[in-house]
Amino acid sequence: MTLKQVQEGIVNSQVWKSVFRVGIPNTNRKRVLAVLGSLILHLHPVKVRRSGVRMSYTWCMGGTSFFLFLVETVTGLLLMFYYRPTIEYAFTDIMDLREQAPFGIMREMHRWGAHAMVIAVWLHMFRVFMTGSYKPPREFNWNVGVILLVLTLLLSFTGYLLPWDQLAIWAITVGSNMARATPGAGNEGPMSALIKLGDVPLIHAGDDARFGLIGGRSIGAATLLRFYVLHCMVIPLAAGFLMAIHFWRVRKDGGISGPM
Amino acid sequence: MTFLKNFINVLSVASISFIFLSATFAFIVYFCLLDGKVKSKAGVAFIIVGLILATAGLWFLPMFYLSIAYFLSLWGLATLGPRLWDSKTGLWLLIAGAGGFGLSLLDSNFKLIAAKPDNVPIGAMIFLLGIFTWIALRKAYLNDRQIAAGGMTFEKTETNEKLFVWPDLVYTEMLCMIALTIVMIIWSVALRAPLEEAANPTSSPNPAKAPWYFLGLQEMLVYFDPWLAGVVLPTLIIVGLMAIPYIDTNPKGNGYYSFRERKWEIGVFLYGFLVLWSFLIITGTFLRGPNWNFFGPFEFWDPNKLEPLVNVDLSELIWVKALSMPLPKLWIIREAFGLGLILLYLGLAPAAAKGPFRRFYLKMGAPRYYVGAYLFLVMLALPIKMVLRWIFNLKYIVHIQEIFFNI
Ligand code: HEM
Repeated sequence: MTLKQVQEGIVNSQVWKSVFRVGIPNTNRKRVLAVLGSLILHLHPVKVRRSGVRMSYTWCMGGTSFFLFLVETVTGLLLMFYYRPTIEYAFTDIMDLREQAPFGIMREMHRWGAHAMVIAVWLHMFRVFMTGSYKPPREFNWNVGVILLVLTLLLSFTGYLLPWDQLAIWAITVGSNMARATPGAGNEGPMSALIKLGDVPLIHAGDDARFGLIGGRSIGAATLLRFYVLHCMVIPLAAGFLMAIHFWRVRKDGGISGPM
Repeated sequence: MTFLKNFINVLSVASISFIFLSATFAFIVYFCLLDGKVKSKAGVAFIIVGLILATAGLWFLPMFYLSIAYFLSLWGLATLGPRLWDSKTGLWLLIAGAGGFGLSLLDSNFKLIAAKPDNVPIGAMIFLLGIFTWIALRKAYLNDRQIAAGGMTFEKTETNEKLFVWPDLVYTEMLCMIALTIVMIIWSVALRAPLEEAANPTSSPNPAKAPWYFLGLQEMLVYFDPWLAGVVLPTLIIVGLMAIPYIDTNPKGNGYYSFRERKWEIGVFLYGFLVLWSFLIITGTFLRGPNWNFFGPFEFWDPNKLEPLVNVDLSELIWVKALSMPLPKLWIIREAFGLGLILLYLGLAPAAAKGPFRRFYLKMGAPRYYVGAYLFLVMLALPIKMVLRWIFNLKYIVHIQEIFFNI
C-alpha cells in the first residue's frame, strides 16, 4: 500500500466522512463548503481581503489575544481541580501543586499566559489604532474592544490574589487602596466627607467603594472568595460573551479593515 | 564601564529620562516621518533647547548628562532621517538593544531586578513595543511616500485581491497557534511562577507594588493624589479611548498605515501610549525600589536610601515665600491662586476655540471639540505636573485637606 492509498482509505471511510462533510478541500467549491460547514471555521467569511490575512497588517494580535484567552481557560480549569479558595487552603494548595503535581507547568502557563494576554491586547489595540480601524463603520467594535481590554485587566487583577502569598495580598492591597479615594464614594475621597446625615457620615470605611470591592475593611477571606468567583466565573463569561460580539462585528463591519 | 553605568543611572532618573524620551519622540516625528531638516525653524529650536539644557548642566550635573544624550539622539536621528525605516537600520537597532540588554545582565544589580520572574514579560514588552512601533511607522512612512507621489498605498494595491479562508487564513492561524504554543511551553518550563511566603497581613513588603500593568497608575501617585491617579485618571483613560472614534472625524487613513494624513491623532495617541503609559509602567517596575525611591538600573536597592522630602504647595510658595505672610485660615482665600490657575487651564479650551484652534472647532463642532479638548488637557496635565514637581518641588497646586481635594 502506498501512502496515497492509505490517505484515500481514511478519507473515504465512513468515520471520516461523518466528521468532515466535504472531504479534502481541493477545489474552490469544497474550500467554500469547508468553511461554511464548520461551526468554528464559519466565524470567518469564505473569502478575505488579501491585506487582512497578512501578518504584517494585523500582527495577528487579535487572534493571539483570543488564543491566549483559550490557553487561560484550559489551564485555569486544570488549576481549579487543585485549588480551594479559602484562607486555610489557598496557599498550601498552590504549594502542593508546585511540589506534587506531575508535569506541573499549568500554573506557570496560566501566569505567563495572563501576562502575555495583557501585552497582546495592548498591541492589538495599538495596531487597530495605527490602521485607523476604529473609524466608521467600526466605532462600536472599538468600544467593545475597550471593554474587553478592561475585562482583561480585571481578570488578571482578580487572579493575582488567588495564590494568597505575600506578593498577592500586598499587590491587591495597593491596587484596591485607591478605591478608598473615589470622589464621593470612598472614605478618603474628595467630597465624601460632605455626604452626611446630620452629624453621621454616610461614607466611612465600613461601607465605601473599597469595602464593596474587597468585601471587608481589609483583604481577607471574603475578598479571596469574591475574587475567585469573579475570576473563574463572572469575568470570563462576560469576556467570552463580548468576544463573540466582537468577532461577529468584525464580519458585519465588512471584515478586517482595508482601504475603501 | 563604571562611567557608562553611572551615565545610564543618572539618565534614567524619571525627570531626565522623561525629557529625553519626549525629545526623542519629537525628533523621530520631525526628522524621520516628516522629512524635516536641521536647517529649519524647528531644527534651530531643537538646538536651542539642547543648549539651554547644557547650560543648566553647569549648575546641575544630571542636566549636563541629559544634554549629551539629547544631542546624540538629535544628531543620530537627523542624520538617519527616513533611513530609520530601512530594514537594515531596524535590524541594527534590534541587535544593539538586545546586546545592550544582554551586557547589562552581567551586572548583578541589574540582573536582580530584570530577571525577577514577574518582570521578564515586561522586559519582553519593551522590545515588543519597540519592534511593533517601528513596523507600524515604517509602513506608515512607505505609504505616505506613495501617496505623496500620487500612487497607491500598499494596502490599496491588494484591496481587490480576495483569498479563500481555506487554506490561506486557516493555515496562517494554525501556524500562529503552533508557534505560540511552543513559546508558552518553553517559557513555562524555563521560568517558574513566583510564590513568596504565605500571606501575612501584618508584615508589608517594601516596596509593596501593585500588579505590573497598574504600576503606571502607582507611579502617578508620586505626582497626584489617589483620587486622581487611582480613580479619575484611569476612568478618563477608558472614557477617552472609547471616545476616540467619535471625536476623530478625519475620514482618511482608514484601513491602511499612514502618518501624514493623521499627524495629530497618531502623535497624541503614541505620546499617551508610549511616552506616558508605558514609560510610567517601566519606571514603576524596574526603577522604583524600597519606599518607592528611585534607583537607576545598575543601582543597588538600598532600603536605607534617604530622599529628602522638600515638596511645597503652591499656596505656601506664594503666601509664605513670595509675599512673606502667614497662610490664610480660610481655604478659599488660601487656595485662590491655585484655583485660579486651574480655571485658567480649563479656560484654554474655549480660548483656543476662538484663537489658534478655530479651524478644528469649526470642523468638529462644539461637542466633539470640547470633549476632545478636555480629554487632551487632562492628559497633558500629567506631564505638566511632573515638570512642575521637578523644577519647583511643587507638591499641590490646590491643597484643600479639609475635603481631601488636592491637585
Ligand atoms: C480580549 C481582547 C480582544 C480579543 C480576543 C480581540 C480579538 C480580535 C480579533 C481576532 C480581530 C480580528 C483582526 C485581528 O486579529 O486583528 C479583532 C479585530 C478588531 N478589534 Fe479586537 N480583540 C480584543 C480587544 C480589542 C481592543 C482592546 C480593541 C480596541 C480598543 C479592539 C478593537 C478591534 C477592532 C476595531 C477590530 C477590527 C479591526 C479591523 O477591522 O481591522 N479589540 N479583534
